[in-house]
Amino acid sequence: MTNLLRSEWTKLRTVRSWTVTAVLIAVVMVAFSWVVSAGSHTGICDGPGPGSCHGEPPVPVGPNGEAVVDAYYYLHEPIAADGSISVRVSSLTGVTSTAGNHVEAGTNLLAQSKPALAPWAKAGILITPSLSTGSRYAAVMVTGDHGVRMQEDYTGDSAGLPGAVTASSPRWLRLSRSGDTLTGSDSTDGVHWYTIGTTRLSGLAGTAQAGLFVTSPVVPTSSRSNEGTYATGTFDQLATTGTVTAEHFNATNVGAGPTSDSLAPGRYRQTGDRYVVGGSGDIAPLASGAGGGGTVPDSGLLGAFAALIVVAILGAGYITSEYRRGLVRTTFTATPNRRNVLVAKAIVIGTTAFIPSLIGTAMAFVLSRHVQRSNGNALLPISTSTEVRAVIGTAAMIAITAVLALALGAIARRGALAVTLIVVTTVLPLILGLTVSTSIGTWLLRITPAAGFAIQQSVVRYSQVSDSYTPMNGYFPLAPWAGFAVLCAWTLLAMAIASRVLRRRDA
Amino acid sequence: MRRSLHAEWTKLRTTNAPTWLFAATIVMTVAVGAIASASVHAQSSPGQDPVRLALTGVDLGQAIVAGLAVLTMCDEYATGMIHTTFLTVPRRLEVLAAKAGVLTFAVLLAGSAAVGASLLIGRSALAGNGFTSASGYRLISIGDGPTLRAAGGSVLYLVLIGLLSLGVATAVRDSTTGIGIVLGLLYLFPLLAALVSDPLWHHRLEQIGPTNAGQSIEATTNLHNLALSPWNGLGVLAAWTTAALIIGGTLLVRRDV
Repeated sequence: MTNLLRSEWTKLRTVRSWTVTAVLIAVVMVAFSWVVSAGSHTGICDGPGPGSCHGEPPVPVGPNGEAVVDAYYYLHEPIAADGSISVRVSSLTGVTSTAGNHVEAGTNLLAQSKPALAPWAKAGILITPSLSTGSRYAAVMVTGDHGVRMQEDYTGDSAGLPGAVTASSPRWLRLSRSGDTLTGSDSTDGVHWYTIGTTRLSGLAGTAQAGLFVTSPVVPTSSRSNEGTYATGTFDQLATTGTVTAEHFNATNVGAGPTSDSLAPGRYRQTGDRYVVGGSGDIAPLASGAGGGGTVPDSGLLGAFAALIVVAILGAGYITSEYRRGLVRTTFTATPNRRNVLVAKAIVIGTTAFIPSLIGTAMAFVLSRHVQRSNGNALLPISTSTEVRAVIGTAAMIAITAVLALALGAIARRGALAVTLIVVTTVLPLILGLTVSTSIGTWLLRITPAAGFAIQQSVVRYSQVSDSYTPMNGYFPLAPWAGFAVLCAWTLLAMAIASRVLRRRDA
Repeated sequence: MRRSLHAEWTKLRTTNAPTWLFAATIVMTVAVGAIASASVHAQSSPGQDPVRLALTGVDLGQAIVAGLAVLTMCDEYATGMIHTTFLTVPRRLEVLAAKAGVLTFAVLLAGSAAVGASLLIGRSALAGNGFTSASGYRLISIGDGPTLRAAGGSVLYLVLIGLLSLGVATAVRDSTTGIGIVLGLLYLFPLLAALVSDPLWHHRLEQIGPTNAGQSIEATTNLHNLALSPWNGLGVLAAWTTAALIIGGTLLVRRDV
């Protein structure tokens, strides 16, 4: 096998056009990624085109290092130590903007809206150590479509009583603090209480803020656009115990700013013990794309599309050129075990594709981060382990595709056919998904070799955030390793068929 | 020239691969168009162009047309047949012209069948999915001016893609590399245009990409939103094709076989 590997390596190394093709893999990756990152402007822009954007919009970061949205209207009182607040919510209504994406500054957006409550509009009780954005919190709330929830620290989410809130079916909510432990409960009658969850906000010591909050997130209408929403909740039967009084609330628009995606500032009206509170924004992890206020996924890995076409030529041509020149007869005479020849070729071509891909991906990753940042784009923070998985995984995906092309080339003995098959099963599904219909795209991205692109996913899907979870925003229908496994399965299948066909067929 | 045409026609007619590719162009174009038309509903995705949706299959059909075009030239180099061809017809441009003529004829036939069948199937599938006059859509009808232009234009589009591929294939001679370059040209521009978020860059890529510009001819609604008017778009593709044929032709005449 060592001799076989060496002879296959010599065949590849000594033909200059193969060397050029291998270098080209890295070059096209960097070039393609550069165009995408240079053409992406989602920051604070004066107009279209490069150079018109400046100032990366500030993205608050939550306690676990993830990007978050932290914008809500808050009626709060200090809570010095232990205590609890309970309240009845008798209605939650909302409006959705109809103004579209081109809005002039100073427009009253509430005037251009239709009644429509966002599925994740929130109204309830919240306790937080600080009013600065990105600080820790725990909250119990009613939502538009998802019943009562207890949420904490942006990513935590547990379900309470289901169903929507109406005057005939109100909900009682209670949030109590005992040291740094917070417990959320709900009730349908104010007498029988159910505990939804308990959480520890470590470091919660001394005086914190406690009170009522309302917020309502943007609703995506497509991969690249969304509509702002505004929700109004009605609270009454406010009751407190312990070191909080709820006698005089301070009102704060937490996290208000140009990028908070608020439809309008919050406000409240008090009549007797009834509070009508309105607010807009969200308190949740930040999603990529339209649901996430225009943040973008990394474009450093997108060069893989261009690289795939180059490795398809390399992988398929590596074996079909032997057929064309008759060299294959010499090869099979020297090594009668044809399966070993195929395996040796797969190892050589896989390694040859992997190394320039890894260099190209790493370079493109660093370069596009720099370009995207200097264009004023907000990039979602990614953990180092995810970065490493995405970069090495992309190079591995390209290497596996080279082996797939080799196997298809061996089966078809025609390089053009193999290259066409690779391109229409890996690149075309994505184009159809991006330009024609997301439903066809997601379906194809599960079953075709294009599923391997899932290895690049660096953004996280949150069930408690409405987003357009589409490939354009960096979300793939399969989990990273599951998608990669689909590509590997296709490659194994093609290798098995190729090995069988090679043994049965005359050279 | 007549005899060259006849010779090229015989080569195309009597080899296996072109016949298969000819059939595959029709079948795959119609199949993808039918799947796209059947899976899109008027309520869930508003603002669709029914004709363009029915012609989604052209996205795949063009790859097979490109394969057909590349093979008509590169197979001769692979088998050594090209030596015989140039011995019998020493004027190499005449060979290229004859190949282009025969290819044009074949793609016209396959393209007309594919586009016609796609529109017919799209018409009934889309009407079943709520794309009716009640929801503000016009039923696909070939008597419609824009629809007729889209149908005829799509056939011309496929012909131009075929000739573009022939030009690239003539320049590079190797079928694997040739098809790789052509598919890169066809698919990387739309991908870039979809991924770039800046409106100016998007607009520019839509204008210069051979597929993006050329497929403007398929549009029948919201024409003012196109980066280029339908015929200008097809003109951009024609410019790409002309450039590829000039480069291919020049190299063909200048170099050794």
